[in-house]
Amino acid sequence: MTYDINSKGYYGEFGGAFVPEMLYPNVDNLQRSYKEIMYQPDFQEEMNQLLKDYVGRPSPLYFAKRLSEKYQTQIYLKREDLNHTGSHKINNTIGQILLAKKLGKKRIIAETGAGQHGVATATVCALMGIECIVYMGSVDIERQAPNVSRMKMLGAKVIPATSGSQTLKDATNEAIRDWIQHPVETHYIIGSVVGPHPYPDMVARFQSVISEEMKVQLKEQTGNENPDAIIACVGGGSNAAGAFYHYLGDEAVRFIAVEAAGMGIHSGESAATSVLGTKGIIHGSRTLLMQTKDGQIIEPYSLSAGLDYPGIGPMHANLINSGRAKAVSVTDDEALKAAFVLTRMEGIIPALESAHAFAALEKMKFNEKDVVVINLSGRGDKDLATYKKHFETYGK
Amino acid sequence: MANKLDQLFEKKQSDILNIYFTAGFPNLNDTGNIILELEKAGADLIEIGMPYSDPMADGPTIQDSGQIALENGMNLNLLFDQINSIKKQASTPLICMGYLNQVMQFGENNFIRKCKETGVDGLILPDLPLDIYESDYKNLFEENDIKICFLITPQTSDERIREIDRLSTGFIYVVADSSITGNSKGISPKQIEYFERINSMNLQSKKLIGFGISDAQSFKTASQYSNGAIIGSAFIRAIKNGQQDLNTNISNFISSILN
Ligand SMILES: Cc1ncc(COP(=O)(O)O)c(C=O)c1O
Repeated sequence: MTYDINSKGYYGEFGGAFVPEMLYPNVDNLQRSYKEIMYQPDFQEEMNQLLKDYVGRPSPLYFAKRLSEKYQTQIYLKREDLNHTGSHKINNTIGQILLAKKLGKKRIIAETGAGQHGVATATVCALMGIECIVYMGSVDIERQAPNVSRMKMLGAKVIPATSGSQTLKDATNEAIRDWIQHPVETHYIIGSVVGPHPYPDMVARFQSVISEEMKVQLKEQTGNENPDAIIACVGGGSNAAGAFYHYLGDEAVRFIAVEAAGMGIHSGESAATSVLGTKGIIHGSRTLLMQTKDGQIIEPYSLSAGLDYPGIGPMHANLINSGRAKAVSVTDDEALKAAFVLTRMEGIIPALESAHAFAALEKMKFNEKDVVVINLSGRGDKDLATYKKHFETYGK
Repeated sequence: MANKLDQLFEKKQSDILNIYFTAGFPNLNDTGNIILELEKAGADLIEIGMPYSDPMADGPTIQDSGQIALENGMNLNLLFDQINSIKKQASTPLICMGYLNQVMQFGENNFIRKCKETGVDGLILPDLPLDIYESDYKNLFEENDIKICFLITPQTSDERIREIDRLSTGFIYVVADSSITGNSKGISPKQIEYFERINSMNLQSKKLIGFGISDAQSFKTASQYSNGAIIGSAFIRAIKNGQQDLNTNISNFISSILN
């Protein structure tokens, strides 16, 4: 069984490019050229140089001793939180900004939820001297205020998305509308493995450096390049895609995709797409999404802005649907609790998104000898205001 | 029964006025009335928007009207009932416009059957890809005589325009500008160049120009370079903010375009 994308841009029955004609020339051009451009030797050289000297790669693989003792298994953390700008998102924006330059684009747009992709995009635009516009839901502008200031300091224009739930879905709608109105000069840097083909595959390839490094680091540290399980949180699914990528064909490596259940899966305030979702189209991709029986997209909820999305990338829809990946749902409270556990036991404050991956440890059973890698997708600086509200409950 | 769109194009090839409105707006049960009033006032073709939560090709005016319609309780079953209830009184061709996900969730076969039953003549689904139409939908549409209308924009290549011309069975929707719906800046020399380029291709399909057509002037100019034009956001604004009751607003707006 293959979990790769096929030549038409589908993972099994999921994927494709369901875009209005206004976007067709750009999407078609990307489909034809992305692989050719990104694997040119000079492109690879420039990208790898930046990933090393600017981003700080390889990111460490850290054996979490105390956490391992607590959960009676061997836990390794892939430290994407230590990247420049504080998350995995920069792996993709470095790649896409170089691609945008090759395509001769003069203006960059992006959507952001937690603000990490917005910051990573604003950063590479500053680096290259290119105009940057970031769409962000009004609710997220409030709850991720530090990242809004960072984007502004970096010279990006942050435009609030005021429709719908005023979160990531709506920011993405606005970015798409911007692209429709500026099709010639603008490249849209999508921040996750979502959107029309080739975005899911392109972003997964740029993020695949995570599992590429993991193989080498695990071999060094454990003698075996394969772990028993990889745990990653899933908003759209880019950090998970990067962490799974080079293990897709190794069925012995278990994939655990952790979704946000908000106030509880069936509370009506949730973003657990694999449980609540059905097949349909969102943001140009055929995938699983939360929708009414009439096909109206349901507004999701999670305390974590980066997971507050009613869809899931087509690659993950296929992995979960086929049983290759197991989906686990984690509530706001469980994630908060896990964030404090990690902080107090290992001295690492995780992003609220990444904290969801750690909460899965409470719900899974591993053997003592199992090697479990958790993709620590980002750091928690941006979430301090939220964490502060829960010092009393979880910080004792 | 013959397709009303075919009949229209047989008897009229110029200055075709196509009006878009959002079903369920301003009030849930206005649909039938709006269709009848538009017909009386002189619209040649009516495009019914199926309100959607995430209409990515639409600007703020149509987004807002759709949001209100959904809050009013609009859905596709109700829409088909509303259209069916005026079927005997209305003879203007009807086109439904919406997004593919709505059709998928309703069930493609069901949806097309309902269109046929209620007298909907054609569809505009901006996010339905050409290749998917050809492989999955074409037979179903043709068996039921439901027309499909594809969009072209200033960036669409000649080669693709030929492909779209080959597959369009309704009309080609010529998007006037790189735009979402609702922008109105008048028609520029560059746009006219684009319209002329399209005309020089001698396509077999009828062409209607839309996006940014808002008044008598832009309607007249667009019609010089096509078989007619489509007005959406300007009409929505007129029935939303109009001074009079709905029917007067409709007839005033249409006369402002035609006179
Ligand atoms: C730190 C962090 N982790 C995870 C995510 C979720 O995105 P994805 O599923 O694409 O990795 C985000 C998104 O904003 C994030 O900031």
